[in-house]
Amino acid sequence: MRKIIDTMIEKVIFLCGMLSVIFVILIFSFLFIESFAFFRGFNIIKFIAGRYWYPDSEPVSFGIFSLLVGSFLVTLGACLIAVPLSVMTALYISEVVSKNVRDILKSLVELMAAIPSVVIGFIGMIVLVPCVRKLFNIPTGLTAFSGSVMLAFMAIPTIVTISEDAIRSVPRQYKEGALALGATKWQTIRRIVLKTARPGIIAAVMLGIGRVIGETMTVMMVTGNSSRIPHSIFEPVRTMTAVIAAEIGETVSGSMHYKALFSIGLVLFLITFIINFAAELFLGKNKNK
Amino acid sequence: MMKFNPKLSQKLSYLVLFLASTLAIMPVIVIIFIIVKNGMSVISWEFLVSMPKNGMREGGILPAIIGTFVIVMCTIMLTLPTGVCAAVYLNEYARDNTLTRAIKLGIVNLAGVPSVVYGLFGFGIFVMFLKLGVSIISGVLTLSIMELPVIVTTSRNALNSVPYSFREASWALGVGRWQTIRHIVLPNALPGIMTGAVLSIARISGETAPILFTAAAFYAPHLPHSIFDQVMTLPYHLYIISTQIPNMPNNIIFGTALVLLFMILTISFVAIFVRVYFRKHEKW
Repeated sequence: MRKIIDTMIEKVIFLCGMLSVIFVILIFSFLFIESFAFFRGFNIIKFIAGRYWYPDSEPVSFGIFSLLVGSFLVTLGACLIAVPLSVMTALYISEVVSKNVRDILKSLVELMAAIPSVVIGFIGMIVLVPCVRKLFNIPTGLTAFSGSVMLAFMAIPTIVTISEDAIRSVPRQYKEGALALGATKWQTIRRIVLKTARPGIIAAVMLGIGRVIGETMTVMMVTGNSSRIPHSIFEPVRTMTAVIAAEIGETVSGSMHYKALFSIGLVLFLITFIINFAAELFLGKNKNK
Repeated sequence: MMKFNPKLSQKLSYLVLFLASTLAIMPVIVIIFIIVKNGMSVISWEFLVSMPKNGMREGGILPAIIGTFVIVMCTIMLTLPTGVCAAVYLNEYARDNTLTRAIKLGIVNLAGVPSVVYGLFGFGIFVMFLKLGVSIISGVLTLSIMELPVIVTTSRNALNSVPYSFREASWALGVGRWQTIRHIVLPNALPGIMTGAVLSIARISGETAPILFTAAAFYAPHLPHSIFDQVMTLPYHLYIISTQIPNMPNNIIFGTALVLLFMILTISFVAIFVRVYFRKHEKW
C-alpha cells in the first residue's frame, strides 16, 4: 500500500516538473499561431520596419518600428543610469562596508525591489515629470528620459543583487594573494575582484535589461504614449509593452489589430528569451571558475 | 605623468562608491517618505472599509483591498504546491539528461517573460479561448503561471541547501526515497521555501499588467460573489485613479498608494524576518 502511494506521489511530482516546459511551449505556440495568421495578411517586413502604427485608420498600418525605437531608447537610457550606479553599489556593499551596514543596505535594496511598478509610475508622474518639464524647458515632461529614470530605479535592485552574488563568489585566495603582494584594497578590488566577477556582472546587467524591456505600467504612466519616432530622449515615446497594455482591451477578438498585438507579444518574448539565455550562459561561466 | 598615491586613490574611490550607493539607495527612502507624508491624512477606518463614492473621488477602497486579497490567496494556493513539487522533482529525482536541461531552460525563460506577455497569453487563452471571461479565475490562472518559475527557483535553492549527508543517513537506515524527502528534506528546507512564498505574495500583490485585461474591473458596484466575477484590485485601482479620472483629489491617490505600499512592505518584512530567524536556528 505504502509503495503504491509513494509511486503515485512521485508521478505527481514528475508532472509538476514537466509543467514549466508545457507552459513555455503553450505560450510560445499561442503567440506564434496568432502571429503567423497575422503575417499571412500583413507583410512581416512592413511590420518590423514600418514607421506608422495606425491600427484604426484607413488604410491600416501596423509598423512597429517607432515602438521598437521607443523601447530601445527607454531601455538604453535606463541602463546608462542604472549600470554604473548598481555595479558601484554592489562593490561598496560586498567589499567596503562592515557586515551590519551590509545587512541594512541589502534589506533596503530588497525593499526597493518590492515597490510595485504602479507606485513607481505614480511617483514619476507626480514628482519627476513636472521637474523634467521645468528643468529642460520642454512642452511636456512625459518623455523617454522620465521613463529611463524611473526604470533605472527598477533595474537597480536586480543588477545590485546578482552582481553582489558574483562579487562575493570570488575566491578569497585571489584577494589574499593580491593583498600579500602589497596591493591596496582598492587595487585588489579593481584589478582582481572586478575582473574575476565580470561574467556574473554581465549576466546581472542582462537580467536588468530584460526586466526594463518588459516593464509596462511605469512606462505607460510616464513616457507620454506618442507613437511618433522621437528625435531625442526628451520627446514622448511609446513602447511595445505600453501598446499591448493600452489596446488589447479595445480590440475585437480575431481581428487584424488583435493578432498584431500578439505579434508584438511574440517579438517581446523572443527578445527576452535571447537576453535570458545569454545571461544564463554568462552565469554558468561564473560558476565554473 | 604624475603617479597617484595608492592610499589617496583608495580613499577617493571609496568616496565615489559611497556616493554612488547613496544615489542608488536614497530614492527608496524618498519614495516611501513622500507617500507616507501625503497619504497619511486620508487613512482612517472609514477609508479602509467603505465603498468608493462619486466616481471614486470620495469614499473608501474596500472592494480593491478585498479583491487583491482574494486574487493573491487563490494564486498562492495554486502555484505554491505545484512549484514545490516541481522543485522536488528537479532537485531530488531528475537525472542530468536532456529532459532535465529542457525543464531548467523552460524555467529560466518563463521567469524572464515580461508580465504583460503573460497578460496577453492569459487574455487569449483563459478569457477568449476557454471563455472564462474577465474574471477572478482567469486572473488567478494567469498570475499562477507567471509566479510558478519564481517559486520553483527559490524552493530549489532551499532544497539544495539541505546537506546531502542528511539524505544518505536516512537511506542508510532503509528509508525510501519519498519518505526521506517527506520527513527529512522538506522539513529542513521549509524556512527557505516559506521565505520564497512570502516574497512571491508581495510580488503578486503589486502586479498590474497581467490582470489588466484578465481580471480587473474599472469599477465594481458590489463585492465579488464568485470566482467568475470581475474584481477591483489595489494596484489597478491606483493606476485608474491616477491616470484615467479627471479632477481626482491627490490625497486619495496618495492614500491608496500608501495602503498598497504598507501591505507589500509588511509582507516583505515578514519574509526578511523569517529568513533571519531561521538562519540563526539552522541545524547545520
